Amino acid sequence: MDLPRTIKYEADRVAGFGKEVMSVPGCENLQSCIQCGTCSGVCPLSIYMDYSPRQVMALTRSDFKNEVLRSHTIWLCASCYACTVECPRQIRITDIMYELKQRAIHDGIYPKKFPIPVLAKEFYKMAHKQGRVTDNWLATWMFLKTNWRAALGMWRLGLGLIKRGRFSFTYDSIRQKDQLARMMQTVDNLSIDALTDAKPKRKASH
Amino acid sequence: MKYSYFPGCSLKGTGRSYEESLLPVFKALGVEMEELDDWNCCGATAYMAVDEVKACVMASRNLALAERLGHAELLAPCSACYLVLNKTKHYLHDSASVRGVVGQALQQADLSYSGNVPVRHPLDVLINEVGLDEVKKRVRHPLKGLKVAPYYGCQIVRPYATFDDQYNPTTLDRLVEALGGSVVRFPLKTRCCGGSLTGTLPEPGLLCSYIILKEALARGANVIATLCPLCQFNLDGYHDKITRKWDPVRIPTVYFSQLMGLAFGLSEKEMGLHRHFIEMPALAASAAA
Repeated sequence: MDLPRTIKYEADRVAGFGKEVMSVPGCENLQSCIQCGTCSGVCPLSIYMDYSPRQVMALTRSDFKNEVLRSHTIWLCASCYACTVECPRQIRITDIMYELKQRAIHDGIYPKKFPIPVLAKEFYKMAHKQGRVTDNWLATWMFLKTNWRAALGMWRLGLGLIKRGRFSFTYDSIRQKDQLARMMQTVDNLSIDALTDAKPKRKASH
Repeated sequence: MKYSYFPGCSLKGTGRSYEESLLPVFKALGVEMEELDDWNCCGATAYMAVDEVKACVMASRNLALAERLGHAELLAPCSACYLVLNKTKHYLHDSASVRGVVGQALQQADLSYSGNVPVRHPLDVLINEVGLDEVKKRVRHPLKGLKVAPYYGCQIVRPYATFDDQYNPTTLDRLVEALGGSVVRFPLKTRCCGGSLTGTLPEPGLLCSYIILKEALARGANVIATLCPLCQFNLDGYHDKITRKWDPVRIPTVYFSQLMGLAFGLSEKEMGLHRHFIEMPALAASAAA
């Protein structure tokens, strides 16, 4: 039997992680979190989360990198911004969740076979390549990569969309794909370290 | 009045009835909308989860295209596009380094953006530019007997409440009343529909949609009015799954622009209502009455 340890040791922390997150534009106010739990209270998805939003805020600030980046919580956030507008300390919790998602994808430590990060990555790839996203194909790819049985459960919906003329059989795309590719290449070519407040430096806490 | 128009991927895909109804209704009101040539995906919430700076670059290309087109303002009917474009404007305004990266990327495409294209929602334009009096003048079939639950969803009022109240928005309520319909009290008007979770994790996602549908019925509504293609999809497309999991909560969800079209005397077909899963016999009967 696999018995996970439920209490964390101080040694489990990744020193500097909290500071790094709080240096990203929009995430600065995390420092002033008073742990009131308003975010967890208003979150419509918190009843499904392994760590509540309040706990994610505390864990992030205290350098528990592995716990937050492996949590389901960051992926269950549907970006409804209820927490952000209710927070009495003006912490942009939704944006912090985005920051944590980016780091989990960057480090490749999101829960495997979990469909939400897979959807995010497929969305990113399609938007990048085509310039536009064809939603029904995006969903199809996500199911094939995570749980093809779930795709079978969606046949009725797919058929319904086809019948109602809401299904696109081809990929929608922009004409000037090369232009968009050049723009993205420019971003890739810029030295990340030079962008002190635009982009977190990802190496420090590895 | 002439605006640049950013349809976004959904309005060309599963949410095409939104565009099909919005364009003729705005035309009838004398509002011209010119589609941005070769616009690209706004980035939505999913792209931001992978790379926020690139998401800003994607969105900025559209802002630059709008600036080049030359109309004073850009209309974005999809809530996600509306939020992402506005959020990008905030990042560009607040962060010199984001501005720097975006500027360099745009330069590669012979584009530029000075930061001066307001991004507005069609509902905002209807209420604050066109005015409800103009809308009322065009109503030929008042939506009598229609009990509407006004559902704004989340991203139109959060985190930026630009044209309506964050906690109790009323623009959609007032529009429905101007069309002759009655509005039911609907405290869940800005609760999350589940977003893309309905497709990825049915249990949490569909529960969010179920709660909204059930509450609308409990409040005596016979139709839900929405202004977001993802909300429309979630509240309309998953009834069989929701029924299997919990109980049947059959109520149609339509775009505000479709209600306007019906009130203006346009047909259900012209408004793209045949594309929805839950049809509205009640609406047709009451509209004709």
